Parts: sequence; structure tokens; C-alpha cells
Amino acid sequence: MSNEHIDEVSGVATTGHEWDGIKELNNPLPRWWVWTFYATIVWSIGYAIAYPAWPLITSATTGVLGYSSRQELSETLDQAAAAQADKVAAIGEKPLADILADEELRRFATSAGAAAFKVNCSQCHGSGAQGSPGYPNLNDDDWLWGGDIEAIHQTIAHGIRFDGDDETRISEMPAFGEILEPDQVKQVSAYVVSLSGTPSDAGLAEEGKQVYADNCAACHGDNAEGNHELGAPNLTDAIWFYGASEAEIAAQVRAPKHGVMPAWQARLGDAVVKELAVYVYSLGGGQ
Amino acid sequence: MKYGPETIGVGLFAFLALLGAAFAADDLFAQHMWVLFFVLAGSTIVLLRKATFAPAAPEDPGAYMDGPIRYGSVATMFWGIVGFLVGVVAALQLAYPDLNIEPWLNFGRVRPLHTSAVIFAFGGNALIATSLYVVQRTSRARLFGGNLVWFVFWGYQLFIVMAATGYLLGITQSREYAEPEWYVDLWLTIVWVAYLVVFLGTIIKRKEPHIYVANWFYLSFIITIAMLHVVNNLAMPVSFLGVKSYSLFAGVQDALTQWWYGHNAVGFFLTAGFLGMMYYFVPKQAERPVYSYRLSIIHFWALIFLYIWAGPHHLHYTALPDWAQTLGMVFSIMLWMPSWGGMINGLMTLSGAWDKIRTDPIIRMMVLAIAFYGMSTFEGPMMSIKAVNSLSHYTDWTIGHVHSGALGWVGMISFGAIYYMVPKLWNRQRLYSLRLVTWHFWLATLGIVVYAAVMWVSGIMQGLMWREYDDQGFLVYSFAESVAAMHPYYVMRALGGLLYLIGALVMAYNIAMTIMGRVREEQPIGAVQPAIQAAE
Repeated sequence: MSNEHIDEVSGVATTGHEWDGIKELNNPLPRWWVWTFYATIVWSIGYAIAYPAWPLITSATTGVLGYSSRQELSETLDQAAAAQADKVAAIGEKPLADILADEELRRFATSAGAAAFKVNCSQCHGSGAQGSPGYPNLNDDDWLWGGDIEAIHQTIAHGIRFDGDDETRISEMPAFGEILEPDQVKQVSAYVVSLSGTPSDAGLAEEGKQVYADNCAACHGDNAEGNHELGAPNLTDAIWFYGASEAEIAAQVRAPKHGVMPAWQARLGDAVVKELAVYVYSLGGGQ
Repeated sequence: MKYGPETIGVGLFAFLALLGAAFAADDLFAQHMWVLFFVLAGSTIVLLRKATFAPAAPEDPGAYMDGPIRYGSVATMFWGIVGFLVGVVAALQLAYPDLNIEPWLNFGRVRPLHTSAVIFAFGGNALIATSLYVVQRTSRARLFGGNLVWFVFWGYQLFIVMAATGYLLGITQSREYAEPEWYVDLWLTIVWVAYLVVFLGTIIKRKEPHIYVANWFYLSFIITIAMLHVVNNLAMPVSFLGVKSYSLFAGVQDALTQWWYGHNAVGFFLTAGFLGMMYYFVPKQAERPVYSYRLSIIHFWALIFLYIWAGPHHLHYTALPDWAQTLGMVFSIMLWMPSWGGMINGLMTLSGAWDKIRTDPIIRMMVLAIAFYGMSTFEGPMMSIKAVNSLSHYTDWTIGHVHSGALGWVGMISFGAIYYMVPKLWNRQRLYSLRLVTWHFWLATLGIVVYAAVMWVSGIMQGLMWREYDDQGFLVYSFAESVAAMHPYYVMRALGGLLYLIGALVMAYNIAMTIMGRVREEQPIGAVQPAIQAAE
């Protein structure tokens, strides 16, 4: 190779061609590059021998390790199920009171219930069970249908106003817009708002007191503290389901919304529903 | 008559579009054909106004044909800014869901608009423009096919407009990076074959004895994209006057075909094509020879042979058979060094010219591009390892990986190439301002670093939250909790994208001023003003 093909800066020979002023040096391949490339090829061949790799006509080589991702998955799931099997069985057999009494079982059920809650319940009640408009907060001690463990379990298992379950909880507040005069609705709404100490027109509220006694007290109680048997909410605790303003309460008096909660017993099975009950009971408001 | 046949042809197609709108089998097709009609009718009017009956001045048949490249450079800049802007909007929609404006601007439609705008509109125009620039100069030959290249340029813009308006209308075949429906795909096929004819014809009539390495990469990109596009879009339309079509493949075969396409869009569009760009513009800007001819041969053939098999790593732990997952993974691992061959050749080409990093912001941009290329081509094989993939898959880590390659490598090397080409294409002494290039460099670099770092943190956190078990063996987090946890990272990601967009706006200003022939009076960078070559 003649001297005119040597690059002056690096002293390395060029290939002798030139394109639009661009030359190419004739440097060898970097050694580390070549050896690393070889190493990845060797590793790949080894991996392809160890694991399923080469396609054949109707199947593929299985690899000397006999690995299969489906088998790995089912083994992992089996192991997880086996590790929990005793406790799941105990939860299925024991009554709720015994589960709460057994510290270890109670911790397990709470964890399991939390996981099931996040998959099945958080869509309406929120990831932290904090509720949202129309869906109750499960952290407080205000319960529509009762907050002891059996009542919570009953609600989860059979739902509320759920068509597909014979034991579902049912209550239906009448639409008082068709029963009361518009003025009476205003009066009773003012009275109901005043019960929780929210400011309202004292004159209207005074008139509403009688309307309440005649129409509402049967379900919500004389002292308006609600009735778990009927799912009638407590009206004195400033916790509102469908909005706290007088207008929203009046709307609920005229044409009440009736929420629906699905029954979970048939879908999730006995043990999971018990676990959910334990978890919800543990949230702070359990009675 | 100049523009006579073109005017008649475009007018005729406008009429066909009108017929398509009139006899459409579904509303979406009618709407899309109306869009096409207005675009083509407008083009016909523009052509009519330009038509002259004077005999066209004969062009110098020996000169390079740079008109389409000038248009391509401007189109690259324009679509780049559109694509980055849509990206920032999509990022903000993830952080603030209220910004989803039904029905045209919800995330599901904006996201493919962003990916297609940056990959095919920005990247595609950059590749077409630079490939036509490079092939003429390294072959010492005028473009083959006369005005066919204008058809390629305008046909490609029409493809972009039809794809983008289709997404916003809700027309999609739901294949990632291949969303346009069958009729737009057919159009792109015609345009792409014309592109191949122009490029290959120019290589065939070259006056250099050898084909320069940049052209190997460009040619492999053009041919492979043609193959990928045709196979992945094999579909049967429900009606020839309707938008909907059904893929030829079904089930996991369909998924594998899609990711064979999707991964090689990365491999041959975003890697091979832009390596072609690197192999011309880096040695030109550095004024140094390419480091190693042998390395360029070996890494070229290794890259294109290995890349085509790596697609199955997108389908780890799915219904795809284990053997195909294994092959996708090992081919990705073997791809590491062939990819790095390009990085070595690019960086080592600077040996003897390292001082230019201090004085020449364009070289600095190219070096950063190569560095990001090296990082993402290491990260890719690593993420293809099944154990790593089980954590990274379906998380933002993948988004971060793509963007360090896209913003860092593809974006920066394209910016460098355009900064190099524009003064030469318009016969300007130099760029309007090198100081503004420095501003662009730092804005873009900061944007990329923020984006990539934030997505790593968010992606790994997401992956760890999804697999977090408590001591009783139960999952700890709900999916919604992992979404809520990502909010701050989504806000920061949008900020990173915004910085990158601002950098591109600075560039657009700089390029526009350069084209207008203005030169900013400013202090040179470093001790010596970098030598800018006079235009050929």
C-alpha cells in the first residue's frame, strides 16, 4: 500500500476509496468487540440447548432442562395455593366469630380480604374503602345495614337490591314527591338538614318536624338515628350518601335513588366472602 | 405545459375521492374520502396556478437534484414539531385525564397520532431527505427517475395526512405503528416502491466504483420496510368502499407477525436508516475518515441478519410458544455487539477531532446521539432477557427505553444532519446562529435526561408494585393504586417532553433564518470558530 493511502492524523492506512471526501480507515475489528460478540453467540447456543428453542415440523425441542413456561406457572400457582390451603380451609369451616378470635387466622383473612377487595370492590368503594358519591365509606362507623361482623357478611354475601339473590337486602323509600306537597318537601328537608347541626331556616324546620313525624319516623326513627333492619340511614350524623345540601336532600325526598350492590357469595365463594367481611370489619368502623 | 399531467392526475384523483365519499359503505370512509377530496382539490388548484405554457427551462442533467431534499428538510422540521407537540399533549393527558376531549382528541387516538408523527412523519421525512442527499453525493450521480422523486415526496406527505386524519376520526386496524387501514397502506406501498426505484436507480448509475456504507444501510432500510409493511398489513377489506378490514392472520400468529413488524420498524427504520445518516454526516462534520471499514462490513451484515429474528421478545410470557420466546431472546442478546459496532465506528471516527466537541455544537449533538444509541442498544438486549422482562414488560420502563432511543438517537442525529445540510442546500455561508444550536443541544439533552430518568423510576416502581406480595402471600396493591402512584412522574415526563419541544422550536427558528439568508452576529464558540465548509 502506497503512502498516499495513509491517514496523517492517525497514521492508519485507508482503504483507498473516497466518497464525497469521506475516506475509510482500515482499522482492524476491536478485539474486545469480537470476543464479546463470540461470547454472546456461545451463551445463546448454550441457552438454546438448555431451553425449548428449535422448531421442528409439529413441535419444538424441549431443551435439556425440560423448562416450560406453562408448567412453571402452574407449579408456582400450586405452591402458592398449597402454602395457604390450611388457612383457607379453616376460614371455610369456622364461624366468623372464631376467625376473629384466632389472631393468626384473623391476620390471614384480613390480608386475603384486602387483596380481594382491591380486585372486586375498589371500583365502587375506592382503593382505600373511602367510598364515593352514592357508594358508602366503609372506614367510618355509620352503617346502613349494620356494622357487626355477621351483618357485614350478610351484605357482602347477598348484596343489596340484587335481583339474582333471594336473600338480598331490600328496602325502598317511597318517592315522597308524589305523596307530599312541594312545600312539605321543603319543610321536611330543612328539618332533616337541621338535625346534624347544619344551619337552615328555623321556621321551615319547625314546620318540617311534624311532616317528619308523620311520614319519616316510621323507618328513620323518632330520633332520626336510622334503622339497620330496614337499611334506613341515620340522618343526624352529617354523613350523606347522595349529597349534603338542602337541595340534594330535597331531591332524595322527592325521588330517592336506590343503589344496588351485587351478591358476592355465588361469584367468590364462601371463604373469600368471609375474608372480605373480616377485612371490612377491620377497617375501623366494625361494631 | 409545465405541471400539465400532474394537474390532470391529481384532479382525477380528487374526483375519485369524491366518488368514494358519495358511494361509501360506512360513515367513516365517507368522512375520510372528504378529507382526501379537499386535500387533492386544494393541490389541484395550487398546481393550476403554477402551470405555465412556456417551455420549462432545461435543468442541468449533471447537477444534483436538491429540490425535493429542500422540501424534505422543511417537512422534517414541520412534522417534528407537530409530533413533539402531540407527544406533550398525550403526556399531559396521562397526567391530567380531563384533557381527554371526546371523541377526536382522546388518548386512544392521540397516542398513535404521536407515534406515527414522530416515527413516520418526522423520522421518515428525515430519512428520505438525507438518503436522497447522501446517495447523490456518494454516488456522484443525479437522482434516477426525473420527477418520480417529487411523487415520492408529495405521495409520502399525503400518506401522513391520511394516516393522521384517519386516527383522529377513529379509523385504525389496531396494530401498533401500523394503524392505518388497508387503503392507506396500499397507497404507502406504491409510494415506497417509487422511493426504492429512485434510490436503487441512483445507486445503479453511480460513478463511484464502490457503494458507500451509508447507502448499504439506507438500502436495507428501504427494502426491509417494504417487506415488513406488506406482510404485516395483509388484510381483506370488508368492502372496497369501507374502512374496515380483517387481518390474514389470527391469534398468536397475528401477534407474532405484528411484533416481527413492530420490532423491525425499530430495527430497520429507527436503527439501520439512521445509521446510514450517521455514516455520512458524522465523518463530514468531523472531517475525519470513518474509523474502520472492516467493522462497518461485519456489523452491517450481523445487524441485519440478527435483527429480523428478535421480534418475539415483545411477547415474552404470552401465548407465544416457549421456543419462539427463546429465539427472540437469544437473537436479541447476540444483537448487542453488532449494534455497538455502529457506535464504535461513529465515536472513533472522531479520533483526531475530539477538540471539536468543545467548539462545534453540531458535532456535540451527533456524539450525544451516538451515546444514546449505545445506551439504548445495550438496554434493549438486557430487557429482552426473560427475567428482566418479567419486571419491565407492560411498564413505563419500556416507554423510557423507546424514548432514550427516539429522542436521544433518532432525534439528535436528525437534528445534526439537518443543521449540516440546510446551509449547503440553500447556498448559505453558514447557519444563522451556532449559539442557538448550543441552546437547542442543552434544552433537548435536559429534556431527554428528565424523560428517561423519570420513566425508569416510574416503570420500575410500577413493576415492583404489581408483584408486591405481603407476608401472607396476597397482592398488596390494586392496579388503580399503581396508576395513582405514577402521577408525579407523569407530570415530570410532560415537562421533559416540553423542554425537548422548545429545543425543536429554537431549531426551527434558526433554520428558517438560515434559509432566509440571515446571519446572526455573535461571539464564536470556544477559541476558534468551527470551520464551516463552503457549499458545493
